[in-house]
This record gives sequence, C-alpha cells and structure tokens, in this order.
Amino acid sequence: MMNYVIIGSGAAGIAAAGSIRREDSNSKIQVITNDPYGYYSRPGLAYLLAGEVPQDQLFPFNKGYFKEQNIQMVKATVQQILPDQHQLRIMDGSQIPYDRLLLSTGATASMPGVPGVELEGVVKLDNMEDADRILKNAQKARTAVVIGGGITALELVEGLAAGGIQVHYFLRGERYWSSVLDEVESKIVENRLIQDGIKIHYYTELEEILGKKGKVMGVIARQLQTRLQFDCQMVAFAIGIKPRVDLAVQSGLKTQRGVIVDEGLHTSQPDIFAAGDVAQVYDRLSGEYLLDSLWRPAIEQGWIAGLNMAGGNYIYEKKYPFNVTRLGGLITTIIGRVGKEILEENKANGDADVAGIMRGDSEVWRQQSLGIIAQTYEESNRIRLYVTPTYITGAVIMGDQTLSRPLQILIREQVDISLIRDTLLSPNYSLVNTLSKFWEEYTQKNA
Amino acid sequence: MLHVAWNVMGMERKMMIRRDNPYSNKLGGMFKETSLKLDTLASGYILPDENRCVQCGICSFNCPINVDVRSHALRGLAIQESKCLTCGECVRRCPRGVLRFVYPD
Repeated sequence: MMNYVIIGSGAAGIAAAGSIRREDSNSKIQVITNDPYGYYSRPGLAYLLAGEVPQDQLFPFNKGYFKEQNIQMVKATVQQILPDQHQLRIMDGSQIPYDRLLLSTGATASMPGVPGVELEGVVKLDNMEDADRILKNAQKARTAVVIGGGITALELVEGLAAGGIQVHYFLRGERYWSSVLDEVESKIVENRLIQDGIKIHYYTELEEILGKKGKVMGVIARQLQTRLQFDCQMVAFAIGIKPRVDLAVQSGLKTQRGVIVDEGLHTSQPDIFAAGDVAQVYDRLSGEYLLDSLWRPAIEQGWIAGLNMAGGNYIYEKKYPFNVTRLGGLITTIIGRVGKEILEENKANGDADVAGIMRGDSEVWRQQSLGIIAQTYEESNRIRLYVTPTYITGAVIMGDQTLSRPLQILIREQVDISLIRDTLLSPNYSLVNTLSKFWEEYTQKNA
Repeated sequence: MLHVAWNVMGMERKMMIRRDNPYSNKLGGMFKETSLKLDTLASGYILPDENRCVQCGICSFNCPINVDVRSHALRGLAIQESKCLTCGECVRRCPRGVLRFVYPD
C-alpha cells in the first residue's frame, strides 16, 4: 500500500489523483488544499464575471465523484515539507506522512508596490474568492481601472464592462500583449475593446491608488509627461503571476522561476513530483526549462506525474503548447512558437505590462520561431503562421476558427508541408484555401 | 405526495421534449416522411475536442434538455445520446470552440 499526497486541488492535482487511482485502486490518496472551493474550472472564472455561467456550474465534479474514487480532500495549509522523513508539517502543528508527494501548488498573482494597493476595491483574479470579491465590489462601482496584460487583463476588462462599469485600461506601451501578438492582432483586439466602450490609455503608468475610509476612490497615473487623475471605485491588476515555490525552496528542491522538473515530472528530490503552474518543465526543443500557465498542459502534467508516482515511467513532452481564449470577444488560438524572444536586457521589446508569465500564457510561445511568417488578414479574421522549410512551428488564429484544429494537428504532428510552402508564403494565393485543401488531402490520406 | 408531483413533472417534461423536438423519430406514421428527412439531419452528432476544454460548463448550462455536455467534452466522447437534439446551442455558446458537428457520410 502506498500513501499518496497531493498538495493543491487545481487542474494538475486533481488530474494526478485520477491517474493514480486508475493505476492503484487501493492506496490512500489525499489532496491537501486551502482553497475553500476545492476544484473548479479556473478559466471559467472569466465567464462567471461576464455573467455567462452561474457559479455552481463551474464545478465539474460533485462531491460524490471524490468519494466514489476514494480521494480524500483535506482542508489544510502545508507549512513545510520534510523530504528526509517523508512528512509534511501542517499549519496546525500536525504532520502528514507520504510515500509519494506531488507539488501542484499553482501560481499566485503578483501585486505591484504602488501606494494604496491594500485598499478595498483593489482586486486580482486568481481564484473563486477573487471572483466573488470582484462581483461584490462591481455592484457598487461605476468606474474601474484595469492594469496589466495578457489574457487575465482582458478577462477583467470584459468582466467589469459586462457589469455595466466604465473601464479604463492602462497599457504601459504602445499596444496590447506585444510579446505574443503582432501589431495587426493587437490593433484588432484594441479596436474591439474601444467599440465596446473601453477607454484605453497608452504609455500610462499607475503611480498611486487614492483611498477614502479604506476604499478605492481614484487613481493618479502618468501618461508620458502628463499627470492624470480620475475617480474610480475599483482597480484590477493582472501584471503577471508567480509560481508558488515557497514550500519547494524551503525543503531544498531545485527551483528557478518554478520548481525544476524533468520530463517525467520528477523534482530534484526522490519521491517528490511537481506539475502544473508551479512546475518549470524541461523542453527538449529549446533545451531549457520553461513555465506554462495553461489548463490543458496542467492536466497532462498532473496525469503523467500521477502515473509516475504510481510506479510508471512516462514522459511529458512540452512540444507545442496551445491555448484558446477570447480577446475582445474574438476566439483566438495560439499554438507553438509565435513570439519574438524577450531578452532580459532588451525588455523594451517585450511586454512592459507584465513581469514574467501570466495566466493562460506559455514561455514557449515567446521562443523565437525559426520560420518565416505567412499571414492573412480579413476583417477580424486573421491567421499568422511560422513556416520553416518543412514544418509549421507556430500559429495565431483569430476570429474564424475553422482552421485552428487542423493547424493544431499539423503543428503537433509536425506534418511535412514543404510541398505547399511556396504557396503558403506567396501573397498571390489564399492562405485559407491552400491550408484547407492541404488539410482535406491530409485527412483523406490518413483516414 | 412530493414524490408523485416530481414524477408527473418529469413525465411532462419528457413529453414536451418529444413534442418540441423536430428531429424526433418517435412521431407517428402520419409524419413518417418528414421524420425520415429529419432523422438524416439528426444523424449528425456533436464531437468535442478535449484538448480545448477548460471544463467551464457553459455547454451543459445551455443545453435545453440537460445533457451533461461537459462530462462528454472532458473525456473527448461524442455526444451520441438519442436525447441530443443537435440544436447547436452548446456549439455556439462554447467560448473555446471545443464542440463541432460531425456528419457521418
């Protein structure tokens, strides 16, 4: 009998509990969490804010599921891992022993050091409690300021706007999400936000949040040489996330930005695994250890970590992470390597709105693609591809999603496209038609 | 008493579904021809791509007949329940393009 302990009840943790149980029907599995809501769809919080789905719908498994699977949910906060004794020290002083341990502690939103950040009405979007707080504050608010970049910033912008709030969106630079989107894509998104009544302020830096009786009442910001001040009742931040590595650091696990794991999700300590947002996973394509903050990779990592905890020898290949999201109401799929590399010493070229990684983000995307760009742009529909002599290595598909699943497969399976490469890159041919025809032939061949 | 009331409501709901369901093949002989055409239409089904699903449940929430679309989506199983109307509500509402229609040849 094995004693499995999982810290964290997010996507990776629950996936691991499921795969362990599949391999081992008898052993004890405990999931330790301090999230009062347990397991829910974290990406679904955006749709909760937008009023598209009620809160109780965000729980994919009822309590019966965990009982049926004999997975124990333990409400506790782990204070320390004692790897030598194979024990966890809990906040209340008790100890929990483990044979195999999974760290799936996720990540937490970074908050800036500006004055007033502690005021009521300053929010972030990490978990269900944050969503509750936003909805509660939004009932009374008329104006809100959103600061940050990436997917979460827009979830906040759109969620608050859906509540009838006038939203001011501050960008530090000249455009939205410059590390992953190109100029055209940023403009498409920004124009849609403007159409929805959002006020975008470029080159704007928040300096202070003003409060009265402990509540937000306004902000002071600087836009280039000009000082701005206006009233608002909420300030929402999405300036990046940090993997929760404290436990790992304390117990001497190898960490950098996240917990370093190999492709089998093993940490530097025997019997301890890590998966999900907290794990900085080896990527064989770049030879580096990279972070993702994506739902599906978290599930896949959790699943494989679970199999390996139960004695398996499986490998998680990062390959070409992808995410589907809505940006300004447009469904957008991002696959593989699409960005220009952000060098630390060259930050101006990166995304000034966030530090490090965001939710719904992958460091892989920002890896420079070796290929050259093929693109098409019609109304709000856009496809941008990176094409090497033989493969497609990255894609951004905005709006019409007909080709997003085919591209996902063509990229993942590294299908040889050398025969259509010239046509793809030629402005005289329709990218959409070339790809559709190629996909049709490919599926017929592989039927 | 309560139990009976629930039961009656349940039956009514089922009947309503049949009556409202243009694709139902349980309409009597009178509608046979129409029913045949509609059956062809209904032979298409909805297929999820589990890689895209984030389990938000918007699909299940919007299903007019309470098919648990999400539980299919998170396992990547086709929704081939006889109950499914292929009305497309879940396909339209999904914010991540998880669901699509498949028409078998």
